[in-house]
Amino acid sequence: MTKETDINTHSPSGDSYWALFSTFFKIGVFTFGGGWAMISIIEREIVDKHHWIEREDFLDLLAISQSLPGILAVNIATAIGDKIRGGKGSVVASLGTILPSFLIILAIAIFLTPDTIKNNHTISSIFMGIRPAVVALIVAPVISSAKAAKLKLRTVWIPFVVALMISLDMGTVSSPILYIVLGAIGGFFFWWYPKHKNDKKTHKNRQS
Amino acid sequence: MQIYIQLIWAYLKIGIFGFGGGYAMLSLVQKAVVEPGWISETMFTDIVAISQMTPGPIGINSATYIGFVAPGSVNPALQGIVWGLLGSCLATLAVTVPSFFLVLYSSHFIRQHSESGAIKAIFSGLRPVVVGLIASAAIMLMNAANFNPNGIKWQLWTNIAICVAAFCLVYFPIRLGKKTIKLHPIWIIIAAGAAGYIIYGI
Repeated sequence: MTKETDINTHSPSGDSYWALFSTFFKIGVFTFGGGWAMISIIEREIVDKHHWIEREDFLDLLAISQSLPGILAVNIATAIGDKIRGGKGSVVASLGTILPSFLIILAIAIFLTPDTIKNNHTISSIFMGIRPAVVALIVAPVISSAKAAKLKLRTVWIPFVVALMISLDMGTVSSPILYIVLGAIGGFFFWWYPKHKNDKKTHKNRQS
Repeated sequence: MQIYIQLIWAYLKIGIFGFGGGYAMLSLVQKAVVEPGWISETMFTDIVAISQMTPGPIGINSATYIGFVAPGSVNPALQGIVWGLLGSCLATLAVTVPSFFLVLYSSHFIRQHSESGAIKAIFSGLRPVVVGLIASAAIMLMNAANFNPNGIKWQLWTNIAICVAAFCLVYFPIRLGKKTIKLHPIWIIIAAGAAGYIIYGI
């Protein structure tokens, strides 16, 4: 058939650049409190609703986004946009994430003084309600990602230790990067070492 | 005009060396913009407060705001919307461009080697860590600033109730007759904001 249908079968549901842009624009509008807070919305939109990626792949993209410098929310958008629609997709998704905050801050900077916002009783009361809800929106993906990670007896302790060490906030020992590096090394080692040992064994067997 | 080049340079550096998301980056931003005197300490504190109160990543919010204010505060001739807008665009672009290419190149590299056993093994080690990272983000937000900013007991319990209700609504599907629906997180944020206004605002 035509090339167009090829693309459509490659990733189902309306996956035009506009769908990508509007999805990430929506995510940008409702991201309160940093990149982690958007995970719930991204999961619902990208994994559940549009089926653009699998939950397991989503975890891998989060790992890449968190281990590189820069703004987490934009990194996530770049990685997902690229996964779905290549280089152009990553531009579209990043712009979608950035644009809402850019426009809102610009409007504030042009029309208001910092004090009018900071001392606004209505805004601060709305935020008092939003903040505890955002915490819940980060707890929910902990559970769904733990399921997607297919934790086994050998690995189930890792999330607990990582979460504990990071939330103790003790400088370098609590740096997320440290645990990403350790996780990567650990994963590599447990794959490489048994193979290496078997190779040696077969080598020995051949010699004898 | 020099301020624009300085802005780009400062935000490129923040984009390259800013590990660990918005809050971790703020100390870098402070060094880059307060120390050279582009923005006063109080203005910086105000900008951070507003960046937290508005939707969107804090790193983007503060870059947009500081980019808008800095040119006019350094050189009075550069006050006004057009000069501010230029600063906003440059600072926001500069802070996002380095990581954009880093993410793009590393995910391309990983996809090219996605069949390699080593890459698969590395990601199998990373997945449990990412679960822990998300959990740590949740734990670290369970603080007084989010649950009890005014130190009043009934407000603490109300906020805990909002958190528990939000979790149940986002996690458990609701049964409506024969249909089961899962509430979209966006509706939960809107509902929580409305609850906040009704409880604390009126």
